[in-house]
Amino acid sequence: MSRARLIQRLELDGLRLAPSQVWGQMRLVPVLRDEVRDDLRFAYRDYGGALSEVTLRRELGAAGLKYVSYIPHGLVMTWGNRQAEAVYGTRLQSHDTKKMEAGPVSVRLLHRMAHREDRNQLRMLPLHIAMEGFLTRYFGGPEIAWSEYSKDGLSRGLNPRSEASIPGWASFALDGALRTFELHERQVGLLLFNADELLSAFIVAHPYDYRCLHRTLLEDVYGDLLLQYGYLQVVEDFGLRLDASQVSSVADLRAQVSRMREDWATFHGVMAGGLFGVDVTAWKVYEAGPFLLQHFHTSLVPTQENHLGEVITGPDGRLEYLKTYRLSAAQTRRAYLLQQMASAEWDLDDAAVLLGGTRTDLVLRLQNAGFGYLLRTHVLEDARRAKARGR
Amino acid sequence: MPVAAEVRVEQVAREDLVMFVNACFSCTGQREFYGDARGQSVSIEFLHQYILGNYRRLYRRTLAAGINHFNQAQIILNLLAIGSPADVEERREEGALIAAALRRLPPPRAYRVLESLRSRRINNRRARAIVREYLSGRADLAFDAVKYRAKLRATVVHGHLKLEGELGPFLFHGWKKRVYSQPLLETFRKAHFAQEALYDLPYTVAEGLAQKHGVPRDVFLQRIEPRLTQAERLRLQESAARDGAEVPAVDLSRAPLTKLCLYVLALKDPVRLERREELHTALERASARVLARAPSSLGRVAAVLDNSYSTSGSLQKRRRPLGVALATHYLLGAAAREYRAFWTTPVDDPLRVVARGQSDLATPLLDALEWGPDLVVIVSDGYDNDPPRAVAELTRVFRERLDPGRRTALVHVNPVFDADEHAPRSLGEAVATVGVRDAEDVPTVLGFARFAEGTASLSELERYLAARVASWLAREPRRSEPTREEEES
Repeated sequence: MSRARLIQRLELDGLRLAPSQVWGQMRLVPVLRDEVRDDLRFAYRDYGGALSEVTLRRELGAAGLKYVSYIPHGLVMTWGNRQAEAVYGTRLQSHDTKKMEAGPVSVRLLHRMAHREDRNQLRMLPLHIAMEGFLTRYFGGPEIAWSEYSKDGLSRGLNPRSEASIPGWASFALDGALRTFELHERQVGLLLFNADELLSAFIVAHPYDYRCLHRTLLEDVYGDLLLQYGYLQVVEDFGLRLDASQVSSVADLRAQVSRMREDWATFHGVMAGGLFGVDVTAWKVYEAGPFLLQHFHTSLVPTQENHLGEVITGPDGRLEYLKTYRLSAAQTRRAYLLQQMASAEWDLDDAAVLLGGTRTDLVLRLQNAGFGYLLRTHVLEDARRAKARGR
Repeated sequence: MPVAAEVRVEQVAREDLVMFVNACFSCTGQREFYGDARGQSVSIEFLHQYILGNYRRLYRRTLAAGINHFNQAQIILNLLAIGSPADVEERREEGALIAAALRRLPPPRAYRVLESLRSRRINNRRARAIVREYLSGRADLAFDAVKYRAKLRATVVHGHLKLEGELGPFLFHGWKKRVYSQPLLETFRKAHFAQEALYDLPYTVAEGLAQKHGVPRDVFLQRIEPRLTQAERLRLQESAARDGAEVPAVDLSRAPLTKLCLYVLALKDPVRLERREELHTALERASARVLARAPSSLGRVAAVLDNSYSTSGSLQKRRRPLGVALATHYLLGAAAREYRAFWTTPVDDPLRVVARGQSDLATPLLDALEWGPDLVVIVSDGYDNDPPRAVAELTRVFRERLDPGRRTALVHVNPVFDADEHAPRSLGEAVATVGVRDAEDVPTVLGFARFAEGTASLSELERYLAARVASWLAREPRRSEPTREEEES
């Protein structure tokens, strides 16, 4: 696989933004697609409320790396012209999962994040692909046995790697916003803003699929911002004005209204500037015919807004599917720290230089980020004492 | 300075009243697409108390303004709760208005008002007199006693009334008394013991008893069919089909316009297509009947009709905004000399319209203005999201630049009450917003629109209400026809 087909940055090529619809502090921006291709379809598969355990490598249920999360639904993607028509709605409800009783809870066993079920059919776990990729990528641990690291840290790294997120139904406002949202005829996606902070983007290939998948946004996971800004009352619906001096006929009026519409699209484009148009780092997950499933994240610089997600591009490199997750500030800090540690090959002194601070600072920073258990106790003690002495 | 203050006082009073009357046309205290039922009832209750406290005379006169039944009932209760006014003339008018309004309410709602007297602990001399008068005006009290037994009993107990003949024992002993000589009461008694007697009772009474006897639903529906009222027939279409019973035939030529539209919208698309001619004719007849009652002739009229997703309404008011839009379409089509409809999502055949898509009111409005009509009627819930506030801006500029002489009248008819604003949501300053519940109100609210627009003064509004009161009380229908007829409305 050449790097060339992986995305370098997200572009809204061939997609259009329509004026937003506001509900309380939620702002929903419809994404429209004028040219719809029929050869990539998505369908919903219900997994219910059980806890899910995904075997990442080897056979279902085999020992090894597992991803455990609450996964309420999966997506089934079908591609290729004829198959998309024939398969649609026929074999989608096949049960690809096993259930296991573990004490009071039942655990659903799933085989891989993206699992091919037929020649032209792939089952995937939306957003969890990206989340798992992110954790695997950065939450590794030291590879060189520097003397500062604890035995535990050296043998197991950062396992178990974990991140917490918030399900959509935790927010009353999101439920209301999705319920009252009026879908456009050509709508294939949605940008979700909470108190005018971009929370998530969801785009599929076909308007009909989006119509069916709209409510699944409620089951998706979101960063802390969903709750953090949940107590704000309302966001302003900016009144864009028409220029009366330009109008001398109904046709002028029509031109002014379409200009107003374009202004909205530009405005939303600017608001979503933290995701679209910035450089991203991507990895291949699965190659499905002409389509390429990959996961990505943005720069991870703590001062910027950071997203991770998964994307499917077509043969022409266009965006066919997108789902993103906004990293919270703490998540970004953790990932950034680990990224820098890895690039310094986990040498504390080198990493401290890279991060522009002292070794003491770095040790305390690691501890504050929840990675204290990686280090030997005396290293931490030294750092704490040095801090107390004011050095 | 005092003059300015006076003008301001008058302006406030006018705005308050316009807001109130508007709310009384649209709000029913039920859940809407965007608002929940609790917010709605808190909001409308506040409005009632506020207007009653400040403008009592105009408050009672609103009863005659053609507002919906829910708000008529609220006004009656609030007026009875507060006691009679001291002034003789005022007392006489208020009494007459309350009595007339109560008489004109559909019996189920009127009886609910009487029952509420007890729960709200209203029991003054006037309230008792009103109740007595209402009951004595009923044509067939025995029928009422069967159909509204619990409510009537509550009223009788609460008001210490004496009913004649067997009605007293019937209300208090029911089927436990030996025999009744009144045939309907006797049937009711028998129906508790014998299935056969069920089918001579009103449907709503028989329904519960059928359950008690364990009569299968489809058998019951089939045999009770001749007893169904028109409204019940319309209501039972779906559930009868679901229960495997024969669907009761509806006489479409007698159904009221908005109800008929809601019925049509509840039908599946292939059915609508198949019965197109029949439904179309029925709708045309229904709108002709509305116009015969409230004649209004209009010139060149354009309608901008909202069929976005939000017109699907709520569980309590399913598809009502869309139903009102469709009904208005037929009504204006019949009333106007020249008429054209512009839907937000264009439809080939209005009969097959569905609630779908975003609310792009600007495009159809532009199309309508291009056509150059005398009157543009916008039927919408007031949510305008593609782009937001486009209509407000568009109409502002239109008035400012293209039509300063107000040659084209713009009226926004809104079937949805917005609890936060205590009024139907408006589309900006340049368009007058009026609330409606049924499309049948449209001729009335078009008359009211000039007050909503803010050009008419308070004294004009007062004269308008006074005139309506006078004509309303004058053409009081003398009750002699049997009540069962009116149950069907």
